[in-house]
This record gives sequence, C-alpha cells and structure tokens, in this order.
Amino acid sequence: MTAHPDSAVEIAAGFPDPVLDSQAAFRAILDAMAHPGRIATVGMQLSPPAPLAPASLACVLSLCDHETPLWLDDAASSLAASFRFHCGAPLVGAPDRAAFALCCGPLPALAGFGQGTAEYPEHSTTVICQVSALGDGVPMTLRGPGIDGGQQLSVAGLPDDFSAQWAANGALFPQGVDVILTQGQRLVALPRSVKIEPEVGTCMSQ
Amino acid sequence: MNAPTSAKSLAMPAETKSAETKPAEAKPRQEAGYNYAYLDEQTKRSIRRALLKAVAIPGYQVPFGSREMPMPYGWGTGGVQVTASVLGPDDTLKVIDQGADDTTNAVSIRRFFAKTAGVKTTTRTEEASVIQTRHRIPETPLKAGQIVVFQVPIPEPLRWLEASEAETRKMHALEEYGVMHVKLYEDVARFGRISVAYDYPVKVDGRYIMRPSPIPKFDNPKLDRSPALMLFGAGREQRIYAVPPYTEVRSLDFEDHPFEVESWPRCCALCGAKDSFLDEIIVDDQGGRQFVCSDTDYCEARRAAGHRGPA
Amino acid sequence: MYVAVKGGEQAIDNAHRLLAEERRGNPEQQEISVAQISGQLALAVDRVMAEGSLYDRELAALAIKQARGDMIEAIFLLRAYRTTLPRFGYSEPLRSDRMQVRRRVSATFKDLPGGQLLGPTFDYTHRLLDMTLLDDGEPSAQPAAERVGESSDGPLPRVVDLLNDEGLIETETPADERDVGDLTRESLTFPAGRDLRLQNLARADEGFLLGLGYSTQRGYGNNHPFAGEIRMGEVAVEFVPEELGFPIEIGEITVTECQMINQFQGSEQAPPQFTRGYGLVFGQSERKAMSMALVDRALRASELGEEAENPAQDEEFVLYHSDNVQATGFVEHLKLPHYVDFQSELTVLRRLRADFETASGPVPEAAE
Repeated sequence: MTAHPDSAVEIAAGFPDPVLDSQAAFRAILDAMAHPGRIATVGMQLSPPAPLAPASLACVLSLCDHETPLWLDDAASSLAASFRFHCGAPLVGAPDRAAFALCCGPLPALAGFGQGTAEYPEHSTTVICQVSALGDGVPMTLRGPGIDGGQQLSVAGLPDDFSAQWAANGALFPQGVDVILTQGQRLVALPRSVKIEPEVGTCMSQ
Repeated sequence: MNAPTSAKSLAMPAETKSAETKPAEAKPRQEAGYNYAYLDEQTKRSIRRALLKAVAIPGYQVPFGSREMPMPYGWGTGGVQVTASVLGPDDTLKVIDQGADDTTNAVSIRRFFAKTAGVKTTTRTEEASVIQTRHRIPETPLKAGQIVVFQVPIPEPLRWLEASEAETRKMHALEEYGVMHVKLYEDVARFGRISVAYDYPVKVDGRYIMRPSPIPKFDNPKLDRSPALMLFGAGREQRIYAVPPYTEVRSLDFEDHPFEVESWPRCCALCGAKDSFLDEIIVDDQGGRQFVCSDTDYCEARRAAGHRGPA
Repeated sequence: MYVAVKGGEQAIDNAHRLLAEERRGNPEQQEISVAQISGQLALAVDRVMAEGSLYDRELAALAIKQARGDMIEAIFLLRAYRTTLPRFGYSEPLRSDRMQVRRRVSATFKDLPGGQLLGPTFDYTHRLLDMTLLDDGEPSAQPAAERVGESSDGPLPRVVDLLNDEGLIETETPADERDVGDLTRESLTFPAGRDLRLQNLARADEGFLLGLGYSTQRGYGNNHPFAGEIRMGEVAVEFVPEELGFPIEIGEITVTECQMINQFQGSEQAPPQFTRGYGLVFGQSERKAMSMALVDRALRASELGEEAENPAQDEEFVLYHSDNVQATGFVEHLKLPHYVDFQSELTVLRRLRADFETASGPVPEAAE
C-alpha cells in the first residue's frame, strides 16, 4: 500500500505489472464472458484492502479509466480514492449512468443500472458484484451462447429474487446489464444473453 | 464519451510506462520503446471493453475508437487491433491470409506481433491459441479455448441494401431484416438459386444478422456451434463483433432453397483431400488448371501423414 | 508439377530493399535533407501536418522524405506515429482573433480596420516557369521584400465580428468545452455534432474537400458564399497544467482560417441573417480552408432547415469518405489476394452457367 498524496486514505496497490497483468486479467474476464457460468481465476498478486476482492480489483484495474463512469455501492465507497488514483475513473452517483458498477455489499436491483438503448445496447452498465461463494450455494443451470448444452453454477450471496431479476433483464435483450460475480481471486460472468434455470431439487445429480 | 478537459492521464500509472520511454525530443520511438503489442494501454482497454460487450451481445456490431495502425486500412487493422488487445506472452499466434500462412500479408502481420509482443508463432492450427485470419477458417476443426480473429472490411450485412449507417442501425434495433430476405429471394427468382458466394449473411443466436467477413460460404458451417471464440475486427469501419463458443450461427436461406456450400468435382492435387476448400491454379498458358488446398497447413499435414493427390 | 508458393518473407525483404534504393535515387546526387524539405517545400509540409493531424514540421518533412514525396503515404506515416503519442491533456481553444497575421484578405469589404494584407501568396503570380530556378543557385537578384506590412502590428478584428455588431450574422455560441468530441478516440456516430464534423474536415483530404466545395458552387447545394475573411499567421497554443490552474503558452503554430459568409433567408424563429461556414487548417493552405468552410456550411443544411439532397450536404457521405488514409487503404487493399472469394464466385458462376445451358433458353424461374 502507498499513501495517497492528498489524504491519509489508504490506496490499494495496483497491478505489479500494469501491462501484462491487465492482459492476463482481461483474458480471464473474456474467457468467463465467453463461457458464462464457468469459474475463471485471476492469478496475479493483489492484496486489496477489505472489503475488496482481488478479482474485483483486477476487473476495475484492467477495464476502467477516465472514459468509464464508475458507480460504487456504500460498501465499496471507501475505495473511491484508490480507483481515482489508479484509473482516473469518474465516480457517478446515479447507477444508471455508470459504465461499470462495483458492489461489495448486497446487489441492488439490476433494473436500476444503465440498460443501453435499442440502437446502442452496449451503453449499459457492467455490474461487478462480490458474492460470498462461487461453486457453492444456490445451484442453477445456465444456457445460452458460450455454453455447450447447460452449465451448472452455484452461487451464495445473491438476492433471493435474482432469478426473477435475471429473467427480466433477459427479456430486454439486446438491452440489459452484464454481470461479473467475484469472490476472492475467482470470477464468473453472466452476460445478458445467458438464461438461468433454477435447479429444481438437488437430488438429480448422478 | 467526451474528451476530458484536464490532464487526467498524467495521474495514470499504467500510462507512464509508455510515456517514460518517449524521448524528450519529438523523435519517433524505437520499436523497443513501443508498448507491449504496439497499442497503448488506454486503447487496449477501450478495445477490451468493446470485445466484452460484443461477446455479451452475439452478432451485434460494437462501435470502437479504432486507431491508425502502422499498416494500411484494408490490410487487417481491425484484426490487428483485436489481436493486440487479446495477446499475451503465453499465447501462440497463427496468421493466415486466404488460408495460407505464407501469403505476404500474413507474413507481415505475424512478424509484427513477433516483434512487438514477443509472442510465439506457429503455422499449425492445433498449436495456436490465437488465429488471426483473412477470408478463411482453417479446415482443421477448432478447439475449445482457441480464439479466431477475423479481419473485416465491411462489417454491416445490410450495407449493400442501405448505404446509411443511421438507417441500418435502426433496422438492427427493430430486427427489421425483410430487405435481406427480399434480396436473397430476388436471386432465386433471377438465377434459380442464391448467388451469394462469400460473405454469406448469417443470423447469430436467432437475433442479429451478421457478415461473417468475406469467408467463402464453404466456411459458414464452421461458425455454427464452434467450440472456439470468434472475434471480428473492422478497423476502418470502427466495429467489433463476436460469436461466442457453441452459438447457433445459421446461414440465411429458404425452405425450398436451402443453404448449400461450394463443392469441387475433384480433390486437392497435392494431398488428395476431398473435404477442403480448393484454390484454382492456372498451370500453363493453354489454360490448364489444378486444384489445391487453400489451407496450406492442412495440406502439409496431410502430405506429412502420407496422403497424396493426383499431381 | 505445381508446388505451393513459398517465400513470402524473402519477397517482403526484397521489396523493402528495392524501395530504399528507389527512395535514395541517384547516389551521385546529394541526399535531400529534412531541413531543406521543411524550408523549401513548406506547403507540402503544411499539408502533411494538416491531414496528418500533427503539428511538427520536422517529422512531417521526414515523412515526405521517407514517402518519396507521396503525400498520402507521408500523411499516413505521421498519423501512425501520432497514434502512439501519450496524451497529456487538451489545449485551450485557439484565439485566432489574436493571431499575428501575415496574410489577411476579405472579399466582402474594400477596406476594414487593419486593411488587406497580401502576404506570401501565389494569387498574382503569372504562372510562368521560372527558368532561373533550374540552376541550383539563387534566382536572379530581387530586392528584399519590404519588411513593412509583413505582418500585423497587433491583433486584427475579424470581419465576422464586425458584422456581428450589427446582428447581421448568426452568433456562434461556443460549445461547452467538455462536450468537444474527438473522433480519433471514439467511433463516429450520426448525427455528428459540428465539433466532430469540423474535426473530420480539418483532417480531410484536400482534393476531396476541394471537389465537394466546388460542387456546391455549381448548384449541388449552393449556399451563396462570400469569403468574409481569410487570415494566415501565428497563434499561441495555451495549456492549463492541472497543478497551476491557469493557462500558459506552450508554443506557437501557423494556421489558415477562413470565415465564409453565406446567405440565409431566416425562419419564423430567426430573423434573416447571414450564416457561417468555417475552415481552419494547420499551416498555409487557403484552398483547403476555403473548401472546408464551403463544406462545413453545406453540412449545416439540416440544422438550418434546408433541403439536404446533395453529396456535400450528406453528413454520412462526407464524413465517411473524406479521410484519405482510410480511402487509400480500402481502395488499394483490392490488390491483396482475394483468391478464395474469387474462387467462390467462380464456382457459383459456373453453376449458374450450367443451369442456364441445361435450361436451353431463358432461365425458367426467371420468366415468371
């Protein structure tokens, strides 16, 4: 950690190698986005201050800069100075104006984020959301582009009505948000194109 | 987005790496002074963001702030920018033009990345993690984990039917694709079959109509549910689009005039392959012809395995 | 027997060696220096800086030398270099009203404060080849140009500002600085604002703009232009470093500015008044500045409630086709191999021909 020149606020250390670590983090995210529900790992050494997960920091560092308005939830707001220092990303108060949103606390309503327009559906928010577990928790099956048949995924820490919210998000396609779930050094992408089927019962596995 | 009014970039550590290497005098930097994979980090980030959106919205053309590259527009600047944004030191790169690794432009692009990204290169399809291509998809089936980067001259499938970008954007938004079907049907009416030979329009995941870049329609079926990730870059037209793995890519057709691919009455003169796209070679001034594989790696591998053609 | 073509690497290396030889030309002749190009082919350097979007005389001259005088190639070299430069920020808007003017003409007023200033112009030269320049020596002795009136003593008022006092010309409200776009960083979208249009035109191919501007004069979107003022000279470039918070001058550049005054009938909301077309180019290039002003005005057709039916008024047409680096790339890429696409076409055409011949007569389904 280094001291921020302007204040006593602690600044999270960035990538040890900004160029190659950005590339490696991006490839993990791209791989995740191309294979929804599959868990990817960011390998580089990052030790961000609580509550930030290394995978969340890797997403922000590799994707955000002065061109991407960033929204932070209350739990993440202590990191504002770090992100301003590393990315120069303008912080916005309104989630629907954000290119990226970082949620270290409970995931707010997806409908509150930028949804894009019919002509420019990419003008929507990419929501980076920290969860308490990936590969454990509520099981679901994902289907859609990037998935050969169905992809199993279990997540703990999403809102109870997440499936319903996701279905509503999917109904907006091609508009809608994309979500990156993070936990520790791991991440999972849920592009807007993916459909989530809640697992009916858990005794079906062989 | 708008141009920032302050010198914010001064405070961006990721940028200093390239900035520091700039000599005080305004002299072109040595190659050694360029950033990894040539592009600066800010440009890579903007392209990476566009790529993620492209993957999330299969077949949709995401506008991006294409940069001037040190090779001309039309030589693959879109593909090169996509590759430069994706490539890392662990990658193995294959570059083909017209299916061949040894065409001059493929050689030139491969050299560019060997020099600027220090990346391993290969001509073997199965060894490559990233394949940049112009006009072909390799014959060797692609594998999960591979990334294919297509060089795209004109990304808009509706462009020949509607010149205005504002209009075509609306047509995509409203999924108003009637004109495309009318155009293909006019072909059927005039010629008895669809006459589109390459750049044959496809529908991706049942939503967006997409140009597969000018690959021959022979290669269209390779796009459908491919385990590889397909990325498309159009530099001059400033568009990026993608087909994620295992995504349905359907070539447009009619029930009574189904999509069909080219076939040749003969096999490759060198390796005897009957299943590959053949280049026609004029071998003498009496108009003698031979047909050989356009995919040079595929042809060489077959010959190494003992296959022989009639030549 | 046919053997697959090999040797791409070797061929490229050979081509580069031949190119280097051709560039050097006859080795008996002295090599031309970048300083000579910069000093004696100054207008070529200006054009490369303008369309290369980078104000650096030395590098532009180098590009011309390296490109063997091929201007678009030189522009391309400069553009490709420009892309790699880190950005430290954006300058303050140039104050052309504070220009140290070396040339200033107005076609609308016989005399005006500051007067007409002819400056270095070809306008009244008789286009007779000067055979004295054939010798490597100096041209026949001419008295040194009078230094008097070489440049303005101070800032000269702009003609349009004088008209503005009377309210006879539309007022231009500066865009909020934050809203100025940059098409070298982001993809063009339509409708494009005037900021992006002007940026595009400033980088546009001189010949393309000249042709389009000319077309407006010949009836393809006429807007009754008068050259209100053309001025050329030096303007200061100012920058506000974040740590200082006030502007400092970081240098001086030569620009040519053209303010076209155009007719406008007025509307229910606006009284009849003149409208403007604007051109600004690096270096000295009146042809480009004037063409730019004509096309800028033509592109404002929709905004001003005029019919926009002509090429110069079609925003997408003009902005998408004005860039010579893009245009030359796409036109010239046709020389790259297209064996595969052509083979596909051949295959389809042969099938269509076979269908036609077996049908013996007109294609059956087409007759319906």
